[in-house]
Amino acid sequence: MNRTSVRVFLSRAAGGYMFLATMLALMLLLVIASGLFVKAYPILKQSSLWSLLTGAVWAPIRGFFGFLPFISGTLWVTGIAIVLALPVSLLTGIYLSEYAPSSVRKIAFSALDILSGIPPVVYGAWGVLVVVPFIAEWVAPYFVEYSSGYSVLSAGIVLGIMIIPLLVSLFGEVFSTVPKEIRDSALSLGATSWQTTKKVVLKSSLPGIFAATVLAISRALGETIAVLMVCGNVVQIPASLLDAGYPLPALIANNYGEMASLPGYEAALMLAALILLGIVIVFNTLSRILLLRIGRKYALQP
Amino acid sequence: MIATSLSSVLLREEVSAPLELLHAPNMDAATLKVRNLNVHIGEQSILRDVHVHIPSHKITCIIGPSGCGKSTLLKTFNRLLETQPGARITGELLLNGENIYREGVEVIDVRKRMGLLSQRPCPLPMSVYENIAFGCRLHGTRGRRKVMRKVVHYLQATGLWDEVRDRLHTPASRLSIGQQQRLCLARGLAVEPEIILADEATSALDPISSRIIEDLFLRLRQQYTIIMVTHTLSQAVRIADHVIFMYLGRVVEEGPASEVLHHPKHKLTQEYLSGSFS
Amino acid sequence: MRLKLLEQKIFRILMIGASCLVLGVLLMIVYALLRRGLPALSWEMITTVPGGGFYLGKEGGLLNAIVGSLMIMAGATILSLALSVPVVMFLNLYLDKTSRLAYLVRLSFDVLLGVPSIVYGAFGFMVMVFLGLRASLTGGMIVVSLLIFPIMARAMDEVAAMFPKEMKEATLSLGATKFEMVRVVLRQIAPGIATACLLSVGRAIGDAAAVLFTAGYTDSIPTSPGQPAATLPLAIFFQLSSPVPQVQDRAYAAALILTIIVLVLSVLSRWFAHKYQKNKVS
Repeated sequence: MNRTSVRVFLSRAAGGYMFLATMLALMLLLVIASGLFVKAYPILKQSSLWSLLTGAVWAPIRGFFGFLPFISGTLWVTGIAIVLALPVSLLTGIYLSEYAPSSVRKIAFSALDILSGIPPVVYGAWGVLVVVPFIAEWVAPYFVEYSSGYSVLSAGIVLGIMIIPLLVSLFGEVFSTVPKEIRDSALSLGATSWQTTKKVVLKSSLPGIFAATVLAISRALGETIAVLMVCGNVVQIPASLLDAGYPLPALIANNYGEMASLPGYEAALMLAALILLGIVIVFNTLSRILLLRIGRKYALQP
Repeated sequence: MIATSLSSVLLREEVSAPLELLHAPNMDAATLKVRNLNVHIGEQSILRDVHVHIPSHKITCIIGPSGCGKSTLLKTFNRLLETQPGARITGELLLNGENIYREGVEVIDVRKRMGLLSQRPCPLPMSVYENIAFGCRLHGTRGRRKVMRKVVHYLQATGLWDEVRDRLHTPASRLSIGQQQRLCLARGLAVEPEIILADEATSALDPISSRIIEDLFLRLRQQYTIIMVTHTLSQAVRIADHVIFMYLGRVVEEGPASEVLHHPKHKLTQEYLSGSFS
Repeated sequence: MRLKLLEQKIFRILMIGASCLVLGVLLMIVYALLRRGLPALSWEMITTVPGGGFYLGKEGGLLNAIVGSLMIMAGATILSLALSVPVVMFLNLYLDKTSRLAYLVRLSFDVLLGVPSIVYGAFGFMVMVFLGLRASLTGGMIVVSLLIFPIMARAMDEVAAMFPKEMKEATLSLGATKFEMVRVVLRQIAPGIATACLLSVGRAIGDAAAVLFTAGYTDSIPTSPGQPAATLPLAIFFQLSSPVPQVQDRAYAAALILTIIVLVLSVLSRWFAHKYQKNKVS
């Protein structure tokens, strides 16, 4: 073999290796999903997915695995977080990308960067230190006789704060895809700047806002440690904001150590992980494709 | 003014210095014949029925209005065009009688035989030394001393040695743009090609630097076949031995510079040379 | 007309209010951390491992967790680089920009990026059980490398996509094969790779859910890859659930340390990104 063919062979071999690595990366998702499925299969064989998802009784010792308390806990916490974070992020996002002077923008973006950098466990610690006592002492007394403060509301507040930086930065990106000419033409027609924002910018970025929100929801669904620290971890279907809840990720995190001891328990936890993965994949793919589309649509315009 | 006269003095010195090469390319070789070349990118036809014959040891200038396919033609010579998505190339390109588009010809061998000098100098993200050593090592030069010898030699050949001898290990991006282009030329020569391809290689340079490159080409012509795309007619007049005039993807006229530039036969060539369009 | 202006005014106030709220929350978090954590922070905290009565509030520090976290991050970064560099090079050098496969792979990065760390943790633990591994340094490294792979690959892919076409042509013209071009690309995007590493480590070092079952916890510094390793987020988590106030204070001090590490990483990654912008050969 001469030098050239050695080099060509090397390049092909390296390409083959890189292709394998790429395939491995591509299969990763599939491997995770199918691994979880195989482990969760025993419980799926026992009872139907539907009865598992809608069952309200969670008694591993007696073999009852109803996921409804955890699913509703997840929905409560995520719902509160989005309801709190969405208006704040939207207003902040509009202000920063449309109105704020650049000095304010600089400060605000550094603040958001720091917020997004703070580890979840630190948010959890802060929640325990500040949010939980606040709820217990200042909010709960008006509504119920007693609350420890460890509640879906506390978890929602902490989680809401955690997703604000993500939402604001996504909104900023979405607004930046609105062409400047459209804004200018609205302004030149005599609209006030807020009207322009409302009728032009917000309206044309509605799909983007939706996609960004979906992405933030999927991020919030999987948040584990910060939520676990403040949500109370009581197996029940929360009836009010001040009730304790028990979201899916917390279920997995809290029970991992002991799971091997009970039949079906491991399978149930793996099913919880699989459900989480499924929801997140659907939400993520949806919003990513939507965001890509939006980007492309605007990219085509000169 | 002073700078100009100074540089011309320097240049005269350089021109008078003999330019020896470490390798001796075959003196009769390095002709390029293009037969029936057609290029499409996507649905668009870029080159149509191109037939040219590029003589060895001459400077061939490809001229024509922008968008006529000059650069595309140049990029088919070292098979760079095929890296572009959607490019389809048919026809024959004979390098010393051997079709380089034939099945079984290794593209890296073809490219090694032709050095490309692009429009803007594009040094690799390495030191001055590494920029030249990179190509040498690819093609089998091993050992520090051998590599160093080549680096020094080609830096001297392009008149860059005295300017960069104490900066060999600084990033190449720190050189001036004219020096960068000469470094790129040295880098191309160091892989010991037979043909030099230049794609408007002086258009990004100041007049002095372009003059230096032009003079280098005039000297290098003894060892290499040089093909350059240019849109400055005055440059073609100064250095071309052989001229190809292209228009809308076709070769309109081809021949010795004295004929094409001074006694063009085709009406389009006459109009282009008289400046009615560009 | 009046109404229009009134509406504008109200929304302006709301927008500024929302922005101030975000800023205020940050200040509150920082203030709370400093107030509880700063008094407990000492030289001993970051230079010693836990002593005998550490979990009752006696002497000792968190060196075990700091070193454990850093070891896991270092290992995970290397593992993740070993996978993401070939993938990114394949996407950018061997595939066209319009390739369906490349689109699919990039979409899968995006989806992987959204997978919660607890799912990576659960999956990793499952694999470890399957392989008969205990919670250990190795386990933590593998799971964290899964967690940071999509972050790293995406960040790297973004800078690799900016590799100039002219440089690609210049390299090919020298007669280089695609594989030989990898060296040039890596040189060009080296600061971008550094940014990608710092970015992903910054994200992963604070994550507790991934290492919860896979790395274990121990009071000593691991000396072999098979031993369990303590991590900072778990140190915070466990100490916070202690009833002893001094131990809780230490949790806030540890939170402070972790936050500072993350912020330093983020500043460093920004600095590298900036440097990259400056040195870019265009």
